[in-house]
Amino acid sequence: MSVKTSPPSRTRPRPAAEHPSGDPRFSLIDRTLKRFSFQQDALIEVLHTAQEAFGFLSDDLLIYVAHQLKLPLSWVHGVATFYHFFTLTPQGEHNCIVCMGTACYVKRAAEIVAALQQAYSVTAGETTRDGRLSLNTARCLGSCGLAPVLVLDGAVLPRETPESALERVRQQLMNATHNGASQLAKNDAVFEGEE
Amino acid sequence: MNRADLETMAQREVQRQQTFRCRILCCASTPCLSSGGSAVHDAIKDAIKEGGFDADFQAVATGCMGPCSRGPMITVQTNGGEDVIYEHVTPEASRQIVAHHATATPAPVKCILPSDIPFFAKQKKVVLANSGFIDPERLEDYVARGGYTALGYALREMTPEAVCREIIDSGLRGRGGAGYPTGLKWDMVRKAHGDKKYVVANGDEGDPGAYMDRTLMESDPHRLLEGMAIAGYAVGADQGFLYVRGEYPIAAKRLERAIRAAERRGLLGSRMLDSNFNFRVDVRIGAGAFVCGEETALMASIMGMRGQPVPRPPYPAQSGLWEKPTLINNVETFGSIAPIIQHGAEWFAGLGTAKSKGTKIFALAGKVDTTGLIEVPMGITLREIVYDIGGGVPDGLAFKAAQTGGPSGGCIPAAHLDTPMDYESLRALGSIMGSGGLIIMDERSCMVDVAKFFMEFCMDESCGKCVPCRVGTVQMHHLLERITNGSATMQDMETLKELCVMVKETSLCGLGQSAPNPVLSTIHYFLDEYTAHIRDHQCLAGVCTLDQAPVTELVHA
Repeated sequence: MSVKTSPPSRTRPRPAAEHPSGDPRFSLIDRTLKRFSFQQDALIEVLHTAQEAFGFLSDDLLIYVAHQLKLPLSWVHGVATFYHFFTLTPQGEHNCIVCMGTACYVKRAAEIVAALQQAYSVTAGETTRDGRLSLNTARCLGSCGLAPVLVLDGAVLPRETPESALERVRQQLMNATHNGASQLAKNDAVFEGEE
Repeated sequence: MNRADLETMAQREVQRQQTFRCRILCCASTPCLSSGGSAVHDAIKDAIKEGGFDADFQAVATGCMGPCSRGPMITVQTNGGEDVIYEHVTPEASRQIVAHHATATPAPVKCILPSDIPFFAKQKKVVLANSGFIDPERLEDYVARGGYTALGYALREMTPEAVCREIIDSGLRGRGGAGYPTGLKWDMVRKAHGDKKYVVANGDEGDPGAYMDRTLMESDPHRLLEGMAIAGYAVGADQGFLYVRGEYPIAAKRLERAIRAAERRGLLGSRMLDSNFNFRVDVRIGAGAFVCGEETALMASIMGMRGQPVPRPPYPAQSGLWEKPTLINNVETFGSIAPIIQHGAEWFAGLGTAKSKGTKIFALAGKVDTTGLIEVPMGITLREIVYDIGGGVPDGLAFKAAQTGGPSGGCIPAAHLDTPMDYESLRALGSIMGSGGLIIMDERSCMVDVAKFFMEFCMDESCGKCVPCRVGTVQMHHLLERITNGSATMQDMETLKELCVMVKETSLCGLGQSAPNPVLSTIHYFLDEYTAHIRDHQCLAGVCTLDQAPVTELVHA
């Protein structure tokens, strides 16, 4: 890298370029940082943006955020690990969330989780070894009238059974391209940020 | 904008709506959309366009209409006629509906839901009065139904003291679960000394099985903002925070849009409605922690920290956000404010029972025929909710229990079906009103397993700050696990009861203090199921497999 000695250009400075990785996604984080004028209270908002941009919170990201907000890294790590919404490991290509709220539980959502766990040899909260599918459970997605509910890549699927859930996941995995624009995905995408 | 402008705006919108012969309201909340609601909405718009009914017909995407399991729902408002409600609407049926109202061709009869069925007749909509009738993204729709007039009235005609007095007189109690009188809380914050005060709306609805707050935030965001602004005026705060659960991105988006729309029209922000009062609202998005529903934990989360509770006192009313006096109320509580100011305290106090005034929203779910969101006057019996509004337990099975209050509440058995639903009666039964989740269970639910389910939830969600909750929930879960896998002895029951009392009495915050409630209430009402599991190795509901582990005596040191 050569050192530039020319006078500062009059065009707007591009904060993203300042990050050694040159990753443009950092500019999204910088924008949020600026919106909250680098207030330390905005840590959770900044982490939300970071996770939306990168999919998960890597160590580098946490260090970057800690540095920008002038917070100890332990503090940032503490917050990132406290909240369920933040994930510190990369997520799979497809994401399947089974709601385990009370209404879904009463309507036997546990059997759906068990069926999926067995079929893809993955435990809830983890990603398959080939990185194709993340299986997660959620504590109530607020669609209790439709229990049991499954959220597959952002699409809320009502009244599932273990068999229908397996079939849905199998089809979703078969679609080579991420079919995010399907009719169902248009509706309230829960966990949008993880897509 | 001042009050006269507001009225002009309302009149103009009402006139605009009256130019349409027929308004087709399509429910666009999550449950209906998941059942194919957006296809129905598109089909209606197409049918209107194809038929050339643009001038006469209007398709509106609204918030929740209530009977979520019957979705997609449609309500047709005709000029001068009665509303017609349709259930399970398909795109084909929606074309027929448009044709029926335009040219009097036959209507899809099997989709018509009579509006006098008990599901609607037994309800009393106060907080949800606009939900299902307005487009939540349009400020004009809300104003046309009398929105922001309560705020205008409070700012012009009432002193902050008078507003607090009105809320005290109305008898409104916190809808978050504990039922603390709202007016007293407001008055406490009003009297507290501080150069800056805050108002916080608690929309962190973590209680599994409850979605009232989400529906209110998604279906009628301005109602909530108006309530917060009135609260801000009453207590002398100029900044409000709306804490929305991270799982509800749509609610957060709609609220942010609503805030912008209201600010642009001068209904929020500085010099609201041409008064000297300034109030600004910011949305804060949670990140998935049940404990953040507890007020001190929620404030920690707003300040960007781990959501761990701190001991009270000092109460938030004295020292809350950034050590300033802070008013925290549930979203539903703020939703009740505008109607109280509009119709007066006596009107509100006339609803409900002697000690619990007004209405309560319940999310009716589980094993009932019609699940959905209902708003009923306080004091209605559980039987009316289950059998009249909910339509009874399907598949000819018997009602076994109703669970209220989520992981902090308890189970009400069939013997107490005639209990009135109010704060005191539910507490006397060992349950709580809670935020309003109401899960109906039939005879195929094992109550020990239910207790284990909630204990697992509390174990996961315990923030880990205080020992009784962190360790106690794990131990209680372990004991329940033993009971459900058949390795428990009667000694375990004693240990479990002992632990319940200890965790209840020594935990720091509401999460730990109420975590044993589901266990205690199931032991109280369904002791025979526990003993059947332990003594006879039998699960009466056929849920638990009891031959997995050998019986082991716990050795006590």
